[in-house]
Amino acid sequence: MAKVHIKLKVNGQEMEGLAEPRTLLIHFIRENLALTGAHIGCETSHCGACTVDLDGKSVKSCTVLAVQANGSEVTTIEGMANPDGTLGALQEGFRQMHGLQCGYCTPGMIVRAHRLLQENPSPTDEEVRFGIAGNLCRCTGYQNIVKAIQYAAAKLRGEEFREAAE
Amino acid sequence: MNDMTPTRAEREAKLEGMGCRRKRVEDIRFTQGKGNYVDDIKLPGMLFGDFVRSPYAHARVNKIDATRALQVPGVLAVLTAEDLKGVNLAWMPTLAGDVQMVLADGKVLFQNQEVAFVVATDRYAAADGIEAVDVDYEPLEVLVDPFQSMAEGAPLLREDIKDKTEGAHGKRKHYNHIFEWTVGDKDLTDAAFRNADVTINEMISYHRTHPSPLETCQAIASFDKVKGELTLWGTFQAPHVVRTVASLLSKIPEQKIHVIAPDVGGGFGNKVGVYPGYICAIVASIVTGKPVKWVEDRMENLTATSFARDYHMTTEIAATKEGKVTALRVHVLADHGAFDACADPSKWPAGFFNIVTGSYDFPVALCTVDGVYTNKAPGGVAYRCSFRVTEAAYCIERGMDILAQKLGMDPAELRMRNFIRRDQFPYQSALGWEYDSGDYHTAMKQAMEKLDYAGLRAEQQKKREAFKAGLTREIMGIGVSFFTEIVGAGPSKNCDILGIAMFDSCEIRVHPTGAVIARMGTKSQGQGHETTWAQIIASEIGIPADDIMVEEGNTDTAPYGLGTYGSRSTPVAGAAIAMASRKVKAKAQLIAAYLLEVHEDDLEWDVDGFRVKGLPEKFKSMKEIAWTAYHSPPPGLEPGLEAVSYYDPPNMTYPFGAYFCVMDIDVDTGVYKVRRFYALDDCGTRINPMIIEGQVHGGLTEAFAIAMGQEIRYDEGGNVLTGSFMDFFIPTAVETPVWETDFTVTPSPHHPIGAKGVGESPNVGGVPAFSNAVNDAFSFLGSTHIQMPHDYWRNWEAAKKLGVVE
Amino acid sequence: MIPGSFDYFRPQSVAEASALLAKDDNARVLAGGHSLLPMMKLRMAQPSALIDLGGIGELRQIQFQGGQLHLGAMASQHDLLASDLVSEHAPILKEVALLIADPQVRYLGTIGGNVANGDPGNDMPAVMMALDAAFVLEGQHGRRNVKARAFYTGTYETALLPGEILTAVEIPTQVKGGFAYEKLKRKVGDYATAAAAVILSVKAGVVDACEITLTNLGPTALRAEAAASALIGKPAGHPGAIDAAVAAARAIMTPAHDTRGTPEYRTSAGGSMVRRAIQRALAKA
Repeated sequence: MAKVHIKLKVNGQEMEGLAEPRTLLIHFIRENLALTGAHIGCETSHCGACTVDLDGKSVKSCTVLAVQANGSEVTTIEGMANPDGTLGALQEGFRQMHGLQCGYCTPGMIVRAHRLLQENPSPTDEEVRFGIAGNLCRCTGYQNIVKAIQYAAAKLRGEEFREAAE
Repeated sequence: MNDMTPTRAEREAKLEGMGCRRKRVEDIRFTQGKGNYVDDIKLPGMLFGDFVRSPYAHARVNKIDATRALQVPGVLAVLTAEDLKGVNLAWMPTLAGDVQMVLADGKVLFQNQEVAFVVATDRYAAADGIEAVDVDYEPLEVLVDPFQSMAEGAPLLREDIKDKTEGAHGKRKHYNHIFEWTVGDKDLTDAAFRNADVTINEMISYHRTHPSPLETCQAIASFDKVKGELTLWGTFQAPHVVRTVASLLSKIPEQKIHVIAPDVGGGFGNKVGVYPGYICAIVASIVTGKPVKWVEDRMENLTATSFARDYHMTTEIAATKEGKVTALRVHVLADHGAFDACADPSKWPAGFFNIVTGSYDFPVALCTVDGVYTNKAPGGVAYRCSFRVTEAAYCIERGMDILAQKLGMDPAELRMRNFIRRDQFPYQSALGWEYDSGDYHTAMKQAMEKLDYAGLRAEQQKKREAFKAGLTREIMGIGVSFFTEIVGAGPSKNCDILGIAMFDSCEIRVHPTGAVIARMGTKSQGQGHETTWAQIIASEIGIPADDIMVEEGNTDTAPYGLGTYGSRSTPVAGAAIAMASRKVKAKAQLIAAYLLEVHEDDLEWDVDGFRVKGLPEKFKSMKEIAWTAYHSPPPGLEPGLEAVSYYDPPNMTYPFGAYFCVMDIDVDTGVYKVRRFYALDDCGTRINPMIIEGQVHGGLTEAFAIAMGQEIRYDEGGNVLTGSFMDFFIPTAVETPVWETDFTVTPSPHHPIGAKGVGESPNVGGVPAFSNAVNDAFSFLGSTHIQMPHDYWRNWEAAKKLGVVE
Repeated sequence: MIPGSFDYFRPQSVAEASALLAKDDNARVLAGGHSLLPMMKLRMAQPSALIDLGGIGELRQIQFQGGQLHLGAMASQHDLLASDLVSEHAPILKEVALLIADPQVRYLGTIGGNVANGDPGNDMPAVMMALDAAFVLEGQHGRRNVKARAFYTGTYETALLPGEILTAVEIPTQVKGGFAYEKLKRKVGDYATAAAAVILSVKAGVVDACEITLTNLGPTALRAEAAASALIGKPAGHPGAIDAAVAAARAIMTPAHDTRGTPEYRTSAGGSMVRRAIQRALAKA
């Protein structure tokens, strides 16, 4: 099958590659672009480990073709740090609040939380839970993930977050 | 001392040692997508292997034709059992003393069994190749129900051992029988039942489920023909054992096998065993001379590698009418699937199921386990539990509730009356274990007070009356669970895997600048060892945790250890870490004595160095001592500052806890809501409370899933009905309850730092708490036992059976 | 789980898309892809070509014109949730959209995809039947409207002819009243164990008009006409009428036995969903 020339702007950088039409976006990002932060967990669009931001939408990149994303802007976990290289608010929140254990779901979870906070900068805990319901975590039981996202939300609003990780 | 001199508290804080809520060092890379998991590794020229799998649960394989597949662009080879026979690898031994087909040899015994291995240039070509392999199957009668396994005329599953009357664990009673394992005193137990005021008898099933870590099982094998060396990267919870097994199977000498477990995306027991994918990747690399990657997809993971549980436990308790238990008798029918691939210590075909007497002072007990074959996937792994402990805890905790109901007694009260008392420890259980320590009454009282147990019971009484009066369709349940775990396998006197004693190890090297590298035989899959192991060392030798790098998972550099599962890391490796630290400290003391020109006995340890007793200003820090060890060691003492410890624990550890679940169930739909869940854990000394609480949250979430719906279900034809995350219940943040955690501390008397392990307690104790809550909710309507899983549908069925819905 | 090979087209107009579709019997239209791609990854669907509608901007529009709410087929569930027009003219769609899949899937999953493929588990078909929506179907031979109530002929079987593309959904102006969609599901992301949509209006304390439709309780979405009739003309909240409606709805349910439960359970739960949807719709009416 003839390959398609695919151009994406990934984490602010122009990137390109050749892929078959059937190439899944997750494979294109991981294999062709060598950005292995996003993972594959279920392949049926249930777990969200493959979540990336595509033109301002959180998407499960295991269920998107690379050709569908052609010409789009993509943000992955690799683009979530501050410009000076320090941990971004969400990354810091996940560390401070113990919002991760094995780390496998974390990239998708953080990228999804990023979009959630863009759309709702002051979510309730319930809204956070609803907003990350497309991302499965097998380790944390979500409680500290909710805290991590609230920590980041507070930080991004310029407020102090007072609760401790449990 | 001037004002700049740090106080003792500041020096202690700087160490970030034991007891500190230290932030995890792993998170720096994980939060940036810079973890390094198996599928992230890409080697030059790497090929990809994938399986053709059986659509049938039981069939003869007449022919495998790879002609079309070999014409698919990118497909290089198709391996079948015939090819593997050439290297004597068509079958492999299991950890449980059975053998298992690597690729279908003449027949298939479960749906999705591995039939052929397609090797191609990439995963897309491999997937195309699979579609083009033609297999001629002849379906055979399928055996799904374990209760029919030993029936007369049941289909013969294992033709390879049909005439073997003796298995790895003694006599086989039937061609589908694997083993019978008995512990306890039959005569005394039978007598106690004959004399009992009250008895209960209930068949309590713990359904088949699956650990299902978010990262599936994966491996890359790279065989260097010139050097004759094999490097194997994989999702391994026990990399050293994998190397030994790989050497025994492949005949490649062990020093020429390099096993590396990089970052592992969760394990929960799924990544202890050895799977056909690993073997096929190795063989394919040897055949092609190129690295070969194998990555399981989720469906394969759920349907082929290592299920858990599937224990059907006929449970009998004898008691006096005052509610004092006098005997326990349990018979288990254990469904092991097509091959006995349990990952238990070799001498324990049913793991440590004989912890089934739980937290209670049973004078006598008898437990028998019969293992049988069915046309289901092999396994029987310890899904976030020490071997079969969660089954045991479920059995006794459900049994105690049933007994309480029969006696008309509160279930918490019944437990209090029967707890092993604090003064009875160390306690010899009727089924052969020596419980090291415990203080059950204190824990239970603390839990009941914090939860306002009495208040909840009063509320429940009112709700029950309202339900009976037709004022509500909701019923309320309070689930009580008081579990005792047995973890830390294990003492060499009773635990080995393939003959290797279940010790663990630690090597600590202090470098000249006082920086440390430490390596262990364990392998974190999310437990945060890089963080917590450094905390133990920091407290023991006074070097800040931030200056200590922890490395695991590379068999070339790490000392041999049995790995991470069964909550054994802290009890066993944690002890080795403390012991290795103490060896370092002992040498440091000699160096300090030399530097301070006193006898070593005149020194005392003070946070981060040695001080001369009575002369506080005469002090040498570990940093200074480390430099001296390399720069000018005392005469007669070897330079350097390092130590290794291999720790063979004298006993298991016995964490315990009190868990309570408050649940409301709508009888019309079966929909439940967990209103509160309170978990009190006693895991002895707490190394990092933040990580402990995280482990408890995660384990409770898994327990919630298992109790409330997570199952591997088969239809009568042996087809798996729950092969994806649509049907296999993994709760999202929306369904997951909010957890309340609490603790008491009863240190283990035999462990160097008193720690007991915690990762699995919430799963072990959590499942009975949820199930007891459901059962408690329905009990006033006349029900004694409702089987798990308690999903909406089954709750409704229970309500219907009790006549409260149409 | 890797899809088989196919040709990929990204037409810029509906005409171009339908011409491509007409050329190849084995071609499939790609909308959000969240039903089709998983099937292709399982190799249960192996189209020779995918015609991606993502490049046709007009298909994403949401408009109100001629007394109708017009939803372009490529409007995503997320677009519906963000639309003021939807809030104003068919607010039940928001309630439903929030119960579909999860946030990520809602960004890509489209209204067209949800109604077009004939999956009885999808939530929108029943709601469209309750709203008396029409689907705009376009092909080489022109354009026609088919009512949602006439569109579904069986499981994965619809009135869509070979070569036709569902390009829009048109929803007539609704009478002011109450509405509710009650969905029982095991977890976020699951299809309904049972679900019911109710749209009704009340005049002078009496139910004046009513529609009741059901999701995943038969081979297609179902319109429970007898159930609705049981309420019409009866005082709002009349217990006997609600019981009769629930019984009539249950009578037409024929759910499959799957991992969500037995037909008996799903029928019972379906009745509960109908009852709750009626009660909630009445409360809002």
